Amino acid sequence: MTKRCTGAEIFVKSLSREGVETIFGYPGGTVLPIYDKLYDSDFEHILPHHEQGGIHAADGYARSTGKTGVVIATSGPGATNLVTGLATAYMDSVPLVAFTGQVPSHMLGTDAFQEADITGISMPITKHNYLVQKTENLARIIKKAFHIAGSGRPGPVLVDIPKDIMMQEVEFSYPDRVDLRGYKPNYRGHPLQIKKAAEKINQSRKPVLYAGGGVIISGASSELRQLAEKAQIPVTTTLTGLGAFDERSRLSLGMLGMHGSTEANMAISHADLIIAVGCRFDDRVTGKLDEFAQEAEIIHIDIDPAEVGKRVAIDIPIVGDVKGILTELNKKVTEKSGNGWGSQIQEWKDMDCRKCSEIGENGRLSPGPIIEEIDSLTEGEAFIVTEVGQHQMWAAQFFKYSHPRQFITSGGLGTMGYGFPASLGVQVGNKEAPVFLLAGDGSFQMNIQELATAAKNNLPVKMVIFNNQYLGMVRQWQEMFLDKRYSSTCLRRRADCPPRCSEPGEDCPEMIPEFIKVAEAYGIKAEKITEPEDVRPALERALAEPGPYLLDCLIEVEENVFPMVPPGGSLYEMILEEESE
Amino acid sequence: MKHTVAVQVANESGVLARIASLFSRRGFNIESLSVGQTEKEDVSRITLVVCGSQRVLEQLEKQLNKLIVVYKVSNITNDPAVSRSMAFIKVRADYSTRSEIIQIVDVFRGEIVDVANDSVMVEITGDEGKINAMEELLEPYGIIELVRTGKIAMTRGKK
Ligand SMILES: Cc1ncc(C[n+]2csc(CCOP(=O)(O)OP(=O)(O)O)c2C)c(N)n1
Ligand SMILES: [Mg+2]
Repeated sequence: MTKRCTGAEIFVKSLSREGVETIFGYPGGTVLPIYDKLYDSDFEHILPHHEQGGIHAADGYARSTGKTGVVIATSGPGATNLVTGLATAYMDSVPLVAFTGQVPSHMLGTDAFQEADITGISMPITKHNYLVQKTENLARIIKKAFHIAGSGRPGPVLVDIPKDIMMQEVEFSYPDRVDLRGYKPNYRGHPLQIKKAAEKINQSRKPVLYAGGGVIISGASSELRQLAEKAQIPVTTTLTGLGAFDERSRLSLGMLGMHGSTEANMAISHADLIIAVGCRFDDRVTGKLDEFAQEAEIIHIDIDPAEVGKRVAIDIPIVGDVKGILTELNKKVTEKSGNGWGSQIQEWKDMDCRKCSEIGENGRLSPGPIIEEIDSLTEGEAFIVTEVGQHQMWAAQFFKYSHPRQFITSGGLGTMGYGFPASLGVQVGNKEAPVFLLAGDGSFQMNIQELATAAKNNLPVKMVIFNNQYLGMVRQWQEMFLDKRYSSTCLRRRADCPPRCSEPGEDCPEMIPEFIKVAEAYGIKAEKITEPEDVRPALERALAEPGPYLLDCLIEVEENVFPMVPPGGSLYEMILEEESE
Repeated sequence: MKHTVAVQVANESGVLARIASLFSRRGFNIESLSVGQTEKEDVSRITLVVCGSQRVLEQLEKQLNKLIVVYKVSNITNDPAVSRSMAFIKVRADYSTRSEIIQIVDVFRGEIVDVANDSVMVEITGDEGKINAMEELLEPYGIIELVRTGKIAMTRGKK
């Protein structure tokens, strides 16, 4: 039976049919008809305080739950405010559907009030996008959008809906399925390739599994563990792959790449076989490409054929869904009790180069122990969401991740301002779970307005600010590679400071803002922490608080992240510690 | 190396923009491109001539395939195929040179499509080499204006 509905009604009904429960959205002129229908609907609607906050929250919701995130914005500025969020989600293959209002069809192309060509703008940062031209097409387009966003290699899809399309009435029927002629992801790996891969694995003496975010997306963690344990292969993960493999396992090498562990980077550099799973050989992972894994043959398993062979030549490519392919592979690999290079790997592990003193050189807190304290207090069971910078790398290094989807971070795009709103989305999608935001003092200020969203929705995110009074990661590069010329990275700097200053000191101005006062203005409890012995009790108070809580941790200002592969360097050329002066 | 790639795409608005955006973003070097309708109303066909190594070409094919609006990508560089492009050449021609020019055009099975006092316009269809040769021969008379289409191609036989 069909019934006549307006486009806005079709929108609401279609979303229900897709099983959407939560929407992150911000109203405006061209989405008024939709908001009028949402007023009577059962969706949980979260109003962020900036569209960028909305889309990052939808992204955090999606990454942590595996469901497709939904965001709504109005035309023009509302739509352009989504751009960073779309690019962030696209880089990390996050399923999102973004709906934007658009000026009425007859005004398209006339530079009408709040008109922006968002389909044109978002073309290279979405998996696909649509401009709806007829109300008759709306339901089908929504169906397609969710199908594309959530299948194959997931990604964001944008649907731009002119206002007149929302108001026109047509008969509504929702398609059960869609068949897209130009989109047929290949899920099944080629049996012959899988067989070859198994043979290679069985022959190898120094194999390494290199697992990326694709393992998490595919839900293949247990298959990965089986393979690792059956064939006794050590596993390293990428930043977005953290949690795909239990880091407490003996076979875990931790993260690889620019700030990866010694054991991971050394193992990759000396392996005779690399089994790359659900990953894409990002430049932050490989270091100098010519010298990446020179001694190894490479098996690459990924659902996106365009990633296979894009940066690195592959010996055995297997295109398809990671989970299914690993299942098949597991049937064919022979069980081993150990491998030839366990002791070598142990030697590298013993070098443990993450810096981890109780207290920094200048009497301020050291970041590592704070993160380890969170790990121990939550027994490793919290969601950890980060911003971007040094604190992000410490979060990757010092917490032992054991579950997929537990670690939420902007990897590919490295978006400052992502973490805080994303943590709110994580909490919305996981109401009972402990959610920690580990933020830099710079990044946190990029979407600080979302404190209102946290407060008003009583989202009990525990915000831990690593307050080093610098754009620390950039300052680290300046210190190490640009003669310590701290150009525009000091967050305490005022207009009357000397024109050039690279020596933080006693007389420096106070940090602006005072984070705990900002939190208080939003009605959020907050504490400043300066002493190591206060860290644990403060974290306990934060966890005991039923609402959001902010901890402003004054950490060592010039602490650096190590190990570090210098930009353009090879993985085995890691810098392990500070040069002593 | 030059490659000829035939791409079947959806016949809908914005398709060319998607493809152009992909080429510029990924830095593919397109020598020529021509788009037109096919025997199916909802399908258009793009013929591309691309420069690059085998590896670049492989990426281009894969990236094109990722676009939802792209139905099929075929590299027909090494297939037996017929390919043509067309050109108009406006060349200086006065009383004394006009008949020479007409002779050249005849040899190439071109056509004079317009005659003015001091110039003629030549239409020529053929593969790239033929059009280049024509251009070279007409050069000494003085080429006033030249326009060329992109190449279109089709494989021979049933395929
Ligand atoms: C939107 C955006 N702008 C600029 C950058 C470049 N950037 C990378 S890390 C960083 C510093 C981040 O500072 P902070 O949040 O204080 O973290 P810290 O490194 O001090 O831990 C900057 C500016 C970025 N990644 N994202
Ligand atoms: Mg900082």
